[in-house]
Amino acid sequence: MIRVLHRWPGLLAAAFLIILTLSGAALSVFPAAERLSAPQAETGLSVATLASRIQTAYPGVEQIRRSPSGQITAYWFVDGAPGAAVIDPATGQGAGSADPNQVERWLTNLHRSLFLGDGGRIVMAFGAAAMLVLAVSGSVLVARRAGGWRRWFAPMRGPLSGRLHVEIARVAVLGLALSSVTALWMSASTFELIPETTSAPAFPSVVSGQTDVPVNSIDLLQQTPVAELRDLNFPYPGDATDAFTLKTDLGTGYLDQGTGATLSWADLTGWERVSETIYMLHTGQGAAFLGVVLGLMALGVPVLGVTGGLIWLAARRSRPRIKGNQPAGKAETVVLVGSEGGSTWGFAATLHQALSEAGQTVHVAPMSTFDPSRHIKAQRFVILAATYGDGDAPETAKGFLERLISLGTVPAVPIAVLGFGDRSYPDFCGFAKQVAAEAETLGWDMLLPFDTIDRQSPQDFARWGRLLGQALGIELEMVHQPVLPATQTLTLVSRRDYGAEMQEPTAILRFALPRVTLWQRLTGQGFARFEAGDLLGILPIGSAIPRLYSLASDRRDGFVEIVVKRHPSGLCSSQLTQLAPGDTAEGYVVRNPGFKPGRGRTPLILIGAGTGIGPLAGFVRGNKSNRPIHLFFGMRHPQNDFFYGQDLANWQAEGRLTRLDTAVSRAANPQYVQDVLRAEGAEVARLIREGARVMVCGGRGMAAGVADALTDILKPIGLTPLALKAEGRYVEDVY
Amino acid sequence: MKSLLATLALTTALTLPGLAMARPVTLTTTLNNYGGDGAYIALYVTDPSGAYAGSLWMAGGKSKYYEHLGDWYRATAGDTAQINGITGASVGSGRTLEITLDLADALFDAGYTLHIDAAVEDMRDSPNEVAVPLTTDGAGTQTRGRRYIANFTYDM
Repeated sequence: MIRVLHRWPGLLAAAFLIILTLSGAALSVFPAAERLSAPQAETGLSVATLASRIQTAYPGVEQIRRSPSGQITAYWFVDGAPGAAVIDPATGQGAGSADPNQVERWLTNLHRSLFLGDGGRIVMAFGAAAMLVLAVSGSVLVARRAGGWRRWFAPMRGPLSGRLHVEIARVAVLGLALSSVTALWMSASTFELIPETTSAPAFPSVVSGQTDVPVNSIDLLQQTPVAELRDLNFPYPGDATDAFTLKTDLGTGYLDQGTGATLSWADLTGWERVSETIYMLHTGQGAAFLGVVLGLMALGVPVLGVTGGLIWLAARRSRPRIKGNQPAGKAETVVLVGSEGGSTWGFAATLHQALSEAGQTVHVAPMSTFDPSRHIKAQRFVILAATYGDGDAPETAKGFLERLISLGTVPAVPIAVLGFGDRSYPDFCGFAKQVAAEAETLGWDMLLPFDTIDRQSPQDFARWGRLLGQALGIELEMVHQPVLPATQTLTLVSRRDYGAEMQEPTAILRFALPRVTLWQRLTGQGFARFEAGDLLGILPIGSAIPRLYSLASDRRDGFVEIVVKRHPSGLCSSQLTQLAPGDTAEGYVVRNPGFKPGRGRTPLILIGAGTGIGPLAGFVRGNKSNRPIHLFFGMRHPQNDFFYGQDLANWQAEGRLTRLDTAVSRAANPQYVQDVLRAEGAEVARLIREGARVMVCGGRGMAAGVADALTDILKPIGLTPLALKAEGRYVEDVY
Repeated sequence: MKSLLATLALTTALTLPGLAMARPVTLTTTLNNYGGDGAYIALYVTDPSGAYAGSLWMAGGKSKYYEHLGDWYRATAGDTAQINGITGASVGSGRTLEITLDLADALFDAGYTLHIDAAVEDMRDSPNEVAVPLTTDGAGTQTRGRRYIANFTYDM
């Protein structure tokens, strides 16, 4: 909801807001320039003395004005001709032209009305309102993303456009909110929606009838410092019934032109003070420094507009467009998708098309937007859910289970749950199973029994489709064409070979960084952004199903590196391990946000075996801030598979690696990495007490052994691996 | 006379449409090229004693700026009821404002004076730009303003 409130006003008003803020930023310079250039009055100078000096220089003076910047302007009338000048208060003589600045006029009219009169003023007022809505909704989004209002300035990650958007917004948002609120007030005042009260006193009914009191002998003018002056009007020459009019920061009054007595006086009302303060806060007139700061903040808006548009476009592109998707409130069939990489969306699109052709009204949406009250026409819910990691919710299903549980009740219409996964993993379709189990516990009617799709199998999907068709009483034939990820060509630049002795050839493959387009850079797509711990998908020749490898390098390293062990019957691994420098492979980046060391200075405990060293070596290589890292590395034999052996020694010498413990399984005294971990148990427990983060990468057997060892190590200090996992301080990347 | 003035005040303007005692008068105000935004202009009449008698026209729609029409504002205390129905747009630099209204015969050759106040945003206020006695002989005679008004005439 908040995101919708941020997206649409932003996209619709972007053009107006860019005009508003650029002109506003340009205007903010003028009060500061005037403040710097205006000759200032000496402290303590009274209005009486100033008026007397000016009258000496310009005997026909009619009016003296002081602007909030301190600039004093005098207007006079001599021999039937009007004159005006900026005055040097020290002499009373003219010191510059009093003509209004035409550029400032032009900008002001653009800024407040687009040169379109009242219609333009209304448009710009809506622009200001949109900016206020954007500032408020954007603040909520920033706080949410950073993890709370207290973490407002927490570092951000993600694509360049997203980072820029947030980095600028969280500095500029206060100024933008202030400028938009004051703009709305001023618009309301212009359109007389706010009552205008005035404090001007009634003109005195009786004056002395005398004229020509010397201006420097008038009491009130002697008592009023120039710093408080706003405006002094002289009486009309020859009109004995007229009087001096004095306006100051305190109020307005009339002074007798014969006696100098104060005839009437009225203080400024509280309402006028509020209006003036708002005017000052918006224009910077009288607060030049604030004006310049607000102007600089306003300059952020064009960048926010462009990056915001890019973020929206990138989000639209990342998800297949579903043609003819029905609104949430109109659809009879609601398809909810939980997808990590996007492939499940493809299945959802196929299902949507088949159901729509069979005459159904279908709405497809991410699982995270689940809200039964929005689906008033729903006759059935269909959930297509992938799994992230070990049974966790995938990206577009975050919060689904929690919301389901907190609702307490389930819709009266039935549900079908279909899981997507890879049967070679132990917790096959773990998240979808949890959803199905929770639905059953809550008593949700099952339209179909829980079912699964193995490795994006179109056959599995077609079979399930026929079952769904039977349940609905329609013919449903679904032909799914898996969408291949957009790959880029990677060229091998070097390889380091290991494992020949034990007939298990393994290579550290280093590819050149593929060319990145400006668009990819701005939106963080493709190879524009990756870190050690992300995954490299490789599409082997002759297969439509990609294989994933953990990345051992960061984009900043300038190359793409993976560790590949050749499996006897592995199609992809044998192709990769046969590459010679100059050869190419087709690959793409898959984000793996759950397996990252995070920032900060807390120690890292990295545990890996075999090719699992890849991302861990990448973390160590990137540890330029010398954060404490303790690496446990299990291998078969130092002569065989001590990957990164020399690098690790170098990194340790440079301080990037604090300590390295190795376990060798093919030795006289065989040891696995969990054995070394136990031997170092006291040190490991100490580091974890200090807040260390544990990261494990490697085979499943090793990961299970490590979890057992950690359970024993943590018991004395009252912790469990599960508790650490819940805090995000124990993460695994296993295969 | 007193009762007539009371009637005039009640109709807010000094115009009595449809009465035999009134005649159509055209007021033409031409502005200088003073190089600023549109000018606010108030046309009003004072009686032989110099007291405010009524308003004829207000060029400029936003009441928050009326205080810059100093003499008119002082005379009326900014009462917008005085210009109900006789308000128009502000007048641009170099442009001409022409209005025709039925003015009571009693206003002519009786010591009444027509005044014009003008003001422009960010430029100085100019109350009493023009002050011309209303006489049948004076009709068609051009009067120069002090600052923003190049010339003013009334024609019958």
